Amino acid sequence: MRRSIILEELVDRWLVKVSVLVALYITFRGHNAPGGGFAGGLIVGAAFVLRYLTGRTLTIARRPLLHPSRLVGLGLLLAIATVMAPLAVGSAALESHIWKLSIPTIGEVKFVSSTFFDLGVFFVVIGVVLMILVSLGSEGDRIALDDGRESS
Amino acid sequence: MIASQTNLLSLLVLGHFLVGALMLTVLRRRPVIGASLGIVLLATTAISVVVRGIGVSPPLTESTDWIPELGLGINFALDGFGVLMALIVSVLGACVLAYSVFYFDHDGTYSRFVGLFMAFAGAMTGVVLASDLFTMFVFWELTSICSFLLIGLNDTSENARKAAVRALLTTGAGGLCLLAAVGGLQVAVGTVSFSELAASSPQGSLVQASAIFILLAAFTKSAQFPFHFWLPGAMAAPTPVSAYLHSATMVKAGVVLLARTAPIFAEIGPWRWWVVLAGGITMILGGVRALGQTDAKLLLAHSTVSQLGLLTILFGVGWGPATYAGVAHLLAHAVFKVGLFLGVGVIDHQIGTRDIRKFGGLRTKMPITVAALVAGALSMAGMIPLLGFATKEKALVALLHAEIGSVATVALGAVLIGSVFSVAYSVRLIRGLLLPADSSAAHENSAHHKESAVSSFVLSSPVVIAGAVSLVFGIFAATIGKWLVAPGSSLDETAVSKLALWPGINTAFVMTVVVLVVGTTLGMLVPLVQKGSTESIGEGVFDRLYDGIILSAKRITSVAQSGSLPAYVAIVIAMVGAAITTSFISGGDLPTVNRLSDSFVQLVVGALTVVFTIGVVTTKLRFTAALLLGGVGFGVAMLFVLRGAPDLALTQLLVETLTIVVFLLAMRRMPKKFSVSSQWVPRPVRIAVAVFIGVAVPLFAANVVASRTAESVSQEYIARSLTEAGGRNVVNVILVDFRGFDTMGEITVLALAAMGVANLVRMASRERKLKKENELAGQQ
Repeated sequence: MRRSIILEELVDRWLVKVSVLVALYITFRGHNAPGGGFAGGLIVGAAFVLRYLTGRTLTIARRPLLHPSRLVGLGLLLAIATVMAPLAVGSAALESHIWKLSIPTIGEVKFVSSTFFDLGVFFVVIGVVLMILVSLGSEGDRIALDDGRESS
Repeated sequence: MIASQTNLLSLLVLGHFLVGALMLTVLRRRPVIGASLGIVLLATTAISVVVRGIGVSPPLTESTDWIPELGLGINFALDGFGVLMALIVSVLGACVLAYSVFYFDHDGTYSRFVGLFMAFAGAMTGVVLASDLFTMFVFWELTSICSFLLIGLNDTSENARKAAVRALLTTGAGGLCLLAAVGGLQVAVGTVSFSELAASSPQGSLVQASAIFILLAAFTKSAQFPFHFWLPGAMAAPTPVSAYLHSATMVKAGVVLLARTAPIFAEIGPWRWWVVLAGGITMILGGVRALGQTDAKLLLAHSTVSQLGLLTILFGVGWGPATYAGVAHLLAHAVFKVGLFLGVGVIDHQIGTRDIRKFGGLRTKMPITVAALVAGALSMAGMIPLLGFATKEKALVALLHAEIGSVATVALGAVLIGSVFSVAYSVRLIRGLLLPADSSAAHENSAHHKESAVSSFVLSSPVVIAGAVSLVFGIFAATIGKWLVAPGSSLDETAVSKLALWPGINTAFVMTVVVLVVGTTLGMLVPLVQKGSTESIGEGVFDRLYDGIILSAKRITSVAQSGSLPAYVAIVIAMVGAAITTSFISGGDLPTVNRLSDSFVQLVVGALTVVFTIGVVTTKLRFTAALLLGGVGFGVAMLFVLRGAPDLALTQLLVETLTIVVFLLAMRRMPKKFSVSSQWVPRPVRIAVAVFIGVAVPLFAANVVASRTAESVSQEYIARSLTEAGGRNVVNVILVDFRGFDTMGEITVLALAAMGVANLVRMASRERKLKKENELAGQQ
């Protein structure tokens, strides 16, 4: 596969990092404006796809915390914990709790417990996209490579 | 009923299972210790039930809640009949377990045997002590499972496995019938407790159906016609299993069920006729087949079937004196049959054959064992002065004087004919045992290994004890009747009678004499050869049914699961289309549309989307189709934007982007063009299905919109979004809060799908690797 070094650098250095920031922003603003965990997760996923398409093999396997199946597990745990947590304090499952903090210089900040749920969705979606990318992309590459060697 | 403070009975039953579990785990390598533990426990049970059960009025009861909301619990009662049955189970169990120590080699199979044996003894104790139908059902099923595992103990033998499956499926079907009866009675009467059922004297069609289900359950378990075939097959099990399960205890479970329920249901519908016909046919059929056997164990197996027929009649007619005779004969049968089975096992161990034609010279080689066996066989025949005589005579008297109409006459006739055969096959067995020494046979026998003196003494001691008990109990029949049999009146208050060794000359006595004479003559006349095949008709029918079910399941699977992806998609789509069309046809309006579009841009985007769609279905190239499909998705996203749904549009855009990439990645390994030749159905059908779903879904959507009668929930969601969930974006609030459970389910499905994809790819690459290695190996 032909590679473009400039494109690779650009994507690797900037695009992935920026898109993760954007994704987090989209995720957190989701409660009040268009966005949310699902969209945020898809944005990160798209960044990884781009990175893959520029010719990079995926190196995520070397970072255990970012391993796709772990991300999926983490996301599901976070979501289910958000669902169950209210039961511990005697409320109904999934009942939202709203914290209002007043932080000096910033002012009043509102935080809703369902944000954790959305973060769970965020992680699950990233994990799912990566999983599919690894199996259909990298593994597919390897199979194609093997076949190529065979036929030549 | 008042629940007692102690949990003696539950603890005893539980103890059996505990010892069984220990045996299968930590005591695996120490089977003798396990067996000794088991014997101690069985002896404890026997002593406990005697101490706590005899002379206690009202009887000891226990109940443990299981699912109190449904009124389900484990309930035990230690009434007279329960004491007798528990005694039979535990005393015979201890004998057989002691015998087994010297019968088996002490390997892994033996520890498995002891473990299962203890579990079985526990289950059987549960059955006999159960004071309601539900509790009985639970332990009933446990006995079925244990019996399956024990018949198949020798798991390398195909015969044993087959017999085990037959037994499991037959008795398992009976178990389902029992469950149906539990349900039916719970609904119809509101209780399944035996005493409460008896007090309410239930009526009605549901009760009648339950009664028939109970009969079916009892018939399958106790091997009554037409379910008699599994029992002789179960003889594939080792001798101790056959002796204990298939003669003395498990097959009595059906009889116990009849004993408990006959007083309640005997007057209902066809109950008595079913019992008498099934029992009578079984008794005669078993007798005839036993008379044709040369394998002593099979002879005993068929005789068990026959004797069970008699017990079924005696307990099933629900007539007090007959029940009394039934309790007595059950005791007599358990004693002589366990002795006979174990004795045949001893002979098999010593001379290496169970063929009665090769028993020549046994009477000189092991005189005591043979004497005990003859005593047992005479008791089976009903010869004076053994216990079998007193009980058989009692049965005839009871049926002679039963005031239950013509059914009693039929029952009496069947019992008489069946008894003739009982005498005949007993005589046949005795003839074999008493054969004079044969020079050729002696030569053959000497080759077999000799047992040590200790083991042969212990092996034959239960046989001798059983023979002696048959004789002593017979001589002291009156005492036995008073002490052991009379408590059976706890089943039925009218079941009061007396056993006697010498009843005096009356009609029943004359009948007994005639039966003995005719039977002996028949037994002497029938030559000692194998008659008929060992495979019975019932077994054949069962096997054909079994194979047929498996075969048709395979056929249905191969039709329903064709393995063609387009076929699956078409079936799913057609079903969805059919479902929504039916709801559409059953009524509903379409919204009135008075304009083509909201804006010019919307019209253009819509038209473009349609063009893309046409492109998708007409192109021959896969990549093009995937890209065009993405175009359709982007078009829809644009429409969302134009209608003011930014959240939907954002998600749709992102999903479409990723979907195209995934499509392209997956398609790298597929042919560039869609193949035409391998289509599953003709083109017109495919087009029809596609058009159908394409028209049905939008119409359905329009119909749904037009059919709204209630206020839309979205108004409420919008109103409560900020105050209760703290969010201004109601779409997101719905996702993470109001309908958070849905989202939870969706992300779970998403995760599972991704794992599925990953595993499919991994499997495929592993297969390729294997194939390649094989090819390489082939080349070398």
